[in-house]
Amino acid sequence: MCLGVPGRILSISEDGMSAQVDFFGVRKELRLDIIDTPVQVGDYVLNHVGFAIRRIPPEEVGETLALFDQILKAAAHDDLMAEDVRGEMAAGRSSPGGEPGA
Amino acid sequence: MPDLVDELKFRDPVRARALSEALAREVDAAGRTITLMHVCGSHEQAIARFGLRATFPRRLDIIMGPGCPVCVTDTPEVDEAVALALQGATVCTYGDMLRLPGTRRSLADAQGEGAKVEVVYGVSQAVDLARSRPGEQVVFFASGFETTAVATAAVLLSGVPENFSVLSAHKYVPAAMDLVSTLPETNVEGFIAAGHAAIITGWGIFEPFAARTRTPVVVAGFEPLDVLAAVLELVRLVRAGRPEVVNCYPRCVSREGNRPAQEKLWKVFDVVGGNWRGIAAVPRGNLELRPEWDSVNARRRFTIDTAAVGGASHNLLAEHCICGRIMSGLAKPSDCTLFGGECRPESPVGACMVSSEGSCKIWHVYGGPPDLSEVA
Repeated sequence: MCLGVPGRILSISEDGMSAQVDFFGVRKELRLDIIDTPVQVGDYVLNHVGFAIRRIPPEEVGETLALFDQILKAAAHDDLMAEDVRGEMAAGRSSPGGEPGA
Repeated sequence: MPDLVDELKFRDPVRARALSEALAREVDAAGRTITLMHVCGSHEQAIARFGLRATFPRRLDIIMGPGCPVCVTDTPEVDEAVALALQGATVCTYGDMLRLPGTRRSLADAQGEGAKVEVVYGVSQAVDLARSRPGEQVVFFASGFETTAVATAAVLLSGVPENFSVLSAHKYVPAAMDLVSTLPETNVEGFIAAGHAAIITGWGIFEPFAARTRTPVVVAGFEPLDVLAAVLELVRLVRAGRPEVVNCYPRCVSREGNRPAQEKLWKVFDVVGGNWRGIAAVPRGNLELRPEWDSVNARRRFTIDTAAVGGASHNLLAEHCICGRIMSGLAKPSDCTLFGGECRPESPVGACMVSSEGSCKIWHVYGGPPDLSEVA
């Protein structure tokens, strides 16, 4: 019941309260009284128990992917810094010992 | 199909591998076991369906908390629905509520005894049913977290026929996290928050929790990259000792959430305390209709004779079921002696085996973490 499924709006009813939405080939009517932004034909919306709960702007798909790349970069950066510190520690030691987790 | 392509972007194996390798390095560098909890059945499904648990580092433990609203629906709530059905009302509910065990009967059992029980896809369908059967009392047994409760609220606000009422078993997500953080035995260091609930509430709702419990929270979506990136970010926050909230699902979740939906929700519902199955009394855990909606509240409108359907609990359930410990993150489905034996999807004993979002059902369908000890 909790699944949110994205679909594309095919048409909107005259009163603007519902839309016909295509979900990977399955057509279903969704109510539009919860969604907080105006929608139009061709928009992608997230369906939850027969209600559109969110318009998914295509540009935000790219933004999410950019965020993931940024998290990756930050992790790699942390790791590089750790490498530096480890390098310095190793250099400062008289006898190089085993390093847990290195 | 552009939509399919978009979805596949979040399954990109190159990014997935990079994230997974970065995660391995992070956990390795921590030099200890890190335990994280998610509170959403859809996250467990994503983790199981895409085999992510097999890619997680060994010293990363990701457990499923009380994140399935069906699973935490308590026996007396089911008894109320069963009693109403046996008293002659037509009870409509979501498919995953049908086999949820009551004290002596599930709704499916009541249906087998001739009671009118209808599975609906959504609350609108239950209202349509009431319109088409004016001679019957139609009760919608409503379950789900706030995302689903908003749908119930919207339907009530837009007007329902006189013969329609609601029996609310709606639950409130922030209560689930509060609950786990107060368990004395818990060692959860970070939370992955449910993306779809946050679409409604906004991610800002987790900030007081993170500050109060000094625990980081990451809001995540449900594709493999969503989960991997969120877990990586959360491990970094844990290691850095930063109890912050980070939104890793920005394509759907904003800080404020969906304000009109929140207004609808709180116009109709109020947060009240209640018992969650197998766990405990949860302060602020349930969503009940506000007093001004008494006329459509099945609990106010009808005398519900639960004594007629009560009695001694099922022995197996009372004696052996560890659903409560599983949902609190203190045990895994495979720790239960009933798992896969007496308790199976077609004949569930405990609540976690009932819903497609219960951790036992998910582990039963997809398998738990693979034992690679003999391969390594």
